[in-house]
Amino acid sequence: MKAGMLIRSLAGALALALVASPALAATIEVTIDKLVFTPANIQAKVGDTIEWVNKDAFAHTATVKGGWEVMIPPKSKRRITLKKVEAVDYFCRFHPNMKGHLDVAP
Amino acid sequence: MIDVEAAKLAIEKSKTKEVVDFANDMVRDHEAVNVQALDLVKKLKVTPEDNATSQALSKAAEAERAKLAKLEGAAFDKAYVANEVAYHKQVNGALETLLIPSAENAGLKSLLETGLKIFQGHQQHAEHVAGMLK
Ligand SMILES: [Cu+2]
Repeated sequence: MKAGMLIRSLAGALALALVASPALAATIEVTIDKLVFTPANIQAKVGDTIEWVNKDAFAHTATVKGGWEVMIPPKSKRRITLKKVEAVDYFCRFHPNMKGHLDVAP
Repeated sequence: MIDVEAAKLAIEKSKTKEVVDFANDMVRDHEAVNVQALDLVKKLKVTPEDNATSQALSKAAEAERAKLAKLEGAAFDKAYVANEVAYHKQVNGALETLLIPSAENAGLKSLLETGLKIFQGHQQHAEHVAGMLK
């Protein structure tokens, strides 16, 4: 029953990971007010969640050139969970003068 | 508002995705600015007055819109986007040197400052689209 053992220990490891990760992950809030991302620089870890809170009456985006994009409608919140290690500059596609930076550590 | 009119013309006429997307962004943001301006006007119980700056801007925009209405295809796209760059430059210049420094009401000053950031964003966005059309 080697296969059975393996599956059981895998399931155990998975359960441990599921239980362990929410306790370690943080939610980092980035406020958008009058076309400014605050804080402009984010230091995060894989598994953390970034939540953008848009206080403006304007839609904004958090866009990485050649990468991901999060659309944040007026007066709303949008979140992403960080899945990989990266260091990226992001900007708003509608207002490219809005800039932020994100460092994701393992 | 005349810049919204030009955008609506672009949404109708242009077949270039980037141009139509940009025009939609302009309609959305400029309408949002207008709503905020009208709210402020109501709160302050003032009557918005035409002044030399707003008259010059709307006169230029109207002439530009008439010119755009006659163009088609790539010529239209180029002229529309070039006009958006020029228009936002002009508005930003007026905001920075004239309108913001002379605004005495804090609410009005704050709205104009947000407007300046929005329009500086639009100018950069328009410059980006212009670069793509080349
Ligand atoms: Cu924006």
